Amino acid sequence: MTPQTLILLALAIPVACIGPVLLARRRPDLREAFSLLAGIATFACVLLLYGMVAAGERPELVLGEMLPGLPLVLRIEPLGMLFALIASGLWPVTTLYAIGYMRGHHEKNQTRFYAFFALAISCALGIAFSGNMLTLFVFYEALTIGTFPLVTHAGTKAAKRAGRVYLGILLGTSVCFLLLAIVWTWTIAGTLDFVPGGILAGKVADWAVAPLLALYVFGIGKAALMPFHRWLPAAMVAPTPVSALLHAVAVVKAGVFTVLKVTVHIFGLDLLNAGGGVPWLAGAAGFTIIAASLVAMSKDNLKARLAYSTISQLSYVVLGAMILAPLSVMGASIHIAAHAFGKITLFFAAGAVMVASHKTEISQMAGIGRRMPWTMGAFAVGALSMIGLPPTAGFVSKWYVLNGAVESGHMAAVGVVIVSTLLNAAYFLPIIHSAFFGEEKHDGDHRNDHGEAPLPAVAALVITATATVAFFVAPDWAIGLGGDLVGRAR
Amino acid sequence: MTISEHLPALVVVLPLMAAPACVMLRHPFAAWLVASGTSWLCLLMSALLLRQVADHGAFSYQLGNWAAPWGIEYRIDMASAFILVIVSAIAAVVSLYARASVAHEIEQSRQYLFHALFVVCLSGLLGIAITGDAFNLFVFLEISSLSTYAMVALGRDRRALTAAMRYLVLGTVGATFYVIGVGLAYMMTGTLNMADLAARLPAVIHTSTAQAGLAFLVIGIGLKMAAFPLHFWLPDAYAHAPSAASAFLAGTATKVAVYAFLRMVVGVFGATGILAVAAMADMLMVVAVLGMVVGSAVAIWQTDIRRALAYSSVAQIGYVLLGISLLTEAGLAAGIVHLFNHAVMKSALFLALGSVFLRLGSVRIADLAGIGRRMPLSMAAFLVAGLSMIGVPLTVGFVSKWYLVEAILHKGLWPVAVLVLLSSLLAVVYVWRVVEVMWFAKPSALALTAVEAPLSMLVPTWMLAGAAVWFGVDATGTMAVARAAAAVLMTGVGQ
Repeated sequence: MTPQTLILLALAIPVACIGPVLLARRRPDLREAFSLLAGIATFACVLLLYGMVAAGERPELVLGEMLPGLPLVLRIEPLGMLFALIASGLWPVTTLYAIGYMRGHHEKNQTRFYAFFALAISCALGIAFSGNMLTLFVFYEALTIGTFPLVTHAGTKAAKRAGRVYLGILLGTSVCFLLLAIVWTWTIAGTLDFVPGGILAGKVADWAVAPLLALYVFGIGKAALMPFHRWLPAAMVAPTPVSALLHAVAVVKAGVFTVLKVTVHIFGLDLLNAGGGVPWLAGAAGFTIIAASLVAMSKDNLKARLAYSTISQLSYVVLGAMILAPLSVMGASIHIAAHAFGKITLFFAAGAVMVASHKTEISQMAGIGRRMPWTMGAFAVGALSMIGLPPTAGFVSKWYVLNGAVESGHMAAVGVVIVSTLLNAAYFLPIIHSAFFGEEKHDGDHRNDHGEAPLPAVAALVITATATVAFFVAPDWAIGLGGDLVGRAR
Repeated sequence: MTISEHLPALVVVLPLMAAPACVMLRHPFAAWLVASGTSWLCLLMSALLLRQVADHGAFSYQLGNWAAPWGIEYRIDMASAFILVIVSAIAAVVSLYARASVAHEIEQSRQYLFHALFVVCLSGLLGIAITGDAFNLFVFLEISSLSTYAMVALGRDRRALTAAMRYLVLGTVGATFYVIGVGLAYMMTGTLNMADLAARLPAVIHTSTAQAGLAFLVIGIGLKMAAFPLHFWLPDAYAHAPSAASAFLAGTATKVAVYAFLRMVVGVFGATGILAVAAMADMLMVVAVLGMVVGSAVAIWQTDIRRALAYSSVAQIGYVLLGISLLTEAGLAAGIVHLFNHAVMKSALFLALGSVFLRLGSVRIADLAGIGRRMPLSMAAFLVAGLSMIGVPLTVGFVSKWYLVEAILHKGLWPVAVLVLLSSLLAVVYVWRVVEVMWFAKPSALALTAVEAPLSMLVPTWMLAGAAVWFGVDATGTMAVARAAAAVLMTGVGQ
């Protein structure tokens, strides 16, 4: 198959599976089988494309001209490949998890859930493969709107309110800041193509670099940089598989991916370094890392704590990008993958606990590790990855970000990373400790005679926990792609 | 002489002649058949005219072979041909829809009147677009306006009468102002032909007479296009008119008034350079920005959704005027392409709402609860057109926003660009509150009785909703036409 066919297939298969999913709405087993198959097929396409990209190819597919002189075009480069691998690879795993979770939780409208989930994946892959900023924006907005029905899935008042916050912040930032930045770039550069080294060098006035970059970084609301982070905790009303894949992986990673993409392929590191960088944006990322960790500490609701942990971890990527050293940018791109495995495991575990015991608060979970050893064991692995300890994925990316920060003399950034490591340890380790060694409480509201969650859910979280460790053992593929991004020899 | 040479006359005369035919036929179905057939023929002729202009450039048609400037000249260039296509396309699609909708909303003995008025109005609107004579434009303005007053008065309840009355008073004031403006210009130049006016006005523009003429023109046309703050007639008229009339008028009437503004103020008076000197453009910009912010904000608070859409129209006219007020070719092109884009999406919204009215007898927001599950296809069309109002990519709304912001940034007007984007967020609020109620609320008792709209209403609704996506995915065609039209209108200003 030609790479063009593969690109098209990767985007089309998730959308195409919506039809069979809707048709099979009265036969859940068949419906989920379609979802799983589509997930595996999509991942296979992306894997085949990975082989080409790793070999140095940059396959391109022009979809058509949308605005005069501005085509919709897909072009795969290393960073996009990295993001696509994560999003498409974790989709079938999440589907597996969803089978256990959605049935165990007796969720309604499961067909709608699987349909919009597939749509969201297609949009995420579109973002990953975008060849210019207009194409990226198209898929970016489609992802916002396509995930809205997933966030408001429960249909309750709380879900509706959360949906408004979600849509309000994501559309608001993207329309007011991001779109403005894109049109501004277009008027300056006369192109929106993603080009290694950027398109603005020599065209943009010195004074304009910082405000333009700020418009981008804050306009990409999906990166959840404070103060535009509120949508992420709000989105936690969604079913856990949504929180796990979309709000720990696909949607938020689409945000930080775009930040990286803009930094490297619109501005170019040389241009930004020549102007001395934009230290206050790095500061904003650093602030978000610390502040979100502090908020996470105060949350007793497990999903809320994980949400703030995500906000904090996302800003690692933004910080890595804003340090502007090749090594840190590389670390940031690796973190997109590394964080994904750990965080999806944590969410899977939180959802499994919810299904098995209906417990949502951390204070209720004392002793639960003895009843759900697999789940909480996986949770421990994910938590280690968040803290950044070996032998987990989080260590690899943190290593590169720190190296880059030290090499370029950003001691404040080094300090932020160290403090946040301690904070992460402070809010994750007690959960694990009390789960395994705490005294079980009998509060009357929750039964304590449960075991593990349904098998598919447990299988999924064991897979992702294993992947978190495997990433530490064999991170070459991600390091290779990250290195390609900043032009380091493999 | 072949028929094709007389297309410019035919496109106006045919609908005018169709009206008495409707009246004589009396039978609702026969009258509808004539009206709809005429509308589609007009679309065909307009498309042919547009192609002729695209292939061979602008051309003139001497009505009755009387040479201009004594005779009436019809002038067909890119700008007028584009407006012809917009108006006749909306009319053609709405006419399909009108049969079922009118049969439901208007008593049988008066249905033929609606169809007759519809084609008269169409004739007037097409005439405004095609004429090259300032006074002839007034005649067509009155033809379209008078038929519109009557169409609004055919509305379902008695409030339609007061709405029509109000529209009549303000519309007549507007028309009078316009004709006074033309009269003053005639006094100073001795001609009514637009091309001659444009040539002779620069010599006399320093006189207060000519300047007063311009002022009268601006106010007069401003009333007709419901530019803020001259919009007070519009919400009532759109809310109480028959559904098919609202959809038709929302897509065409104010657009054609904007075209008249472009022709007379930018095209004719633009050559004098007065627009830039007398701070006209700046004033226009302030009014445009106020209109788009206030219109959108007021739309949020409406309980009757048709009123909300009407206020949104006020805001959208603001966008168009903003593009014009930049006095650059890019700005004008953005405004002109928005005429088309807005016509498509706003008419689609009104058609979808008309289907709801057919089933529920109400378009109050509370009554629409859960209607999305009862009428999924109609409401999906509403959603698509609504997303376009917001300006989501791959819809026409995005194209408009993109080019407007680009044109503004080219002039370096940062705060204005931010205001445009902020006000488009207001559209998120007034669209999404409806979408939320439609799809996420528990169905009201009224909504539970509803079933999907008939095919004859569904198909036209989706034709427009589909067009909102089609021309959003590939905007190269519409932008090429809009740019060519802008170039035509800017020839005077650029000198």
